[in-house]
Amino acid sequence: MPVLSSVLELIGNTPIVDVSQLSPNPSVRILAKLEGQNPAGSVKDRIAMAMVESAEVAGELRPGKTVIEPSSGNTGIALAMICRTRGYHLKIVLPENVTAERRQVLEAYGAEIIPSPGVEGSNGAVRKAQEIAADNPDWVFLYQYGNEANPTAHYESTGPEILRDVPEITHFVAGLGTSGTLMGVGTFLREHKPDIKIYAVEPPSGERVEGLRSLHDGYVPPVFEKWGGAELLDGKRIVRPLESLEYTRRLVAEAGIFAGISSGAALAGAVKVAKKWNAEADGPATIVFIVSDGAWKYLSTGAYTEPLDEIAESLDEVIYF
Amino acid sequence: MSELTVTESTFSEPATVGTDSVPSAVQNIVTVRLPTVLRPQAGGQASVEVGGSTVRELLANLVAAHPGIGVNILDEGGELRKFVNIYVDDEDVRFLDKLDTQVDPGVEVAILPAVAGG
Repeated sequence: MPVLSSVLELIGNTPIVDVSQLSPNPSVRILAKLEGQNPAGSVKDRIAMAMVESAEVAGELRPGKTVIEPSSGNTGIALAMICRTRGYHLKIVLPENVTAERRQVLEAYGAEIIPSPGVEGSNGAVRKAQEIAADNPDWVFLYQYGNEANPTAHYESTGPEILRDVPEITHFVAGLGTSGTLMGVGTFLREHKPDIKIYAVEPPSGERVEGLRSLHDGYVPPVFEKWGGAELLDGKRIVRPLESLEYTRRLVAEAGIFAGISSGAALAGAVKVAKKWNAEADGPATIVFIVSDGAWKYLSTGAYTEPLDEIAESLDEVIYF
Repeated sequence: MSELTVTESTFSEPATVGTDSVPSAVQNIVTVRLPTVLRPQAGGQASVEVGGSTVRELLANLVAAHPGIGVNILDEGGELRKFVNIYVDDEDVRFLDKLDTQVDPGVEVAILPAVAGG
């Protein structure tokens, strides 16, 4: 293997591992794309790199400039790694109810954390970052929820990698956050395999968010609307904390994949699809799902070791997507 | 977990069934989970029992029992507001048959605001 000039060259080209031992249907293969293998540890390395490069090309970002971004963790961590190596100051608006590890990794990379109220969830962080960006027009606001470089990064890298490695793919399942992964990968795969099914999973976050004054304060990412999410997706389902944890633990115990909690939610979605699949009528199927990150940043929650019911309840208060 | 919730509330709150639903011949009674933001309009309850065999019927009965909820969920044309998601058995109805999505007996329905991730 050649010596790389920068850790940033390690972004992308992640491996796919067969975890069909977790499939409830012998005619359905389930494959995990391990995005935790990216250098800052998550799928967000791809979009952080793409957003920074796009701002550099546009002439907005030069060494010494300040970048601001709302993030529940992974995008912030990816940006922190990149900004450190490129000489940019980084300010992350971070909800207070993320894990201690997420905060510590950001600090280790030298990012400044601006806390936003935990009860307002990610919506509150987005709102606060928008206000701060408006007050500081000389700062660069990347805004992952509306930045074309986000879905485009997946359209140009993650999607082609999946098709190259698994040309027989029939289903794609991923978590819905900014919707960048699903929009970019989904659009690319649909163009090359018109019959492919694209499914989103999400946590029931909105149930407990108390900072909303009304449902009108809800938030649909501009990326989702611009890329036609309503037409692109074949289904969207909630996976609750208990089920996410059960499947996260199965990934660790039965496949040896030390995955983060949102990955368990994606696997739960894949298993649901596999259960319903009628192989006699429609033949064998191959599902690819995204393992967004590793378990390292969630250890302090007890998610991997403590009694399931207790942890599931406490996860209601923690942002893990 | 969800099965337990249905069973518990079905048996522990029979009195609310009559008040929460418009009387009709034969009707499913299902549990509708409410997000924190809507609970004040439903007397602080986290979930209510409502009758209906489609999401549309269910919402009509929910709004009849708790009028304050209506304007938050549906727009002037009677369609689902953009920032509101409704799930039947945890599936988003926008990707099923929208408000005409069938609600089978015993399933759980959840109303949630759209929330950012990332």
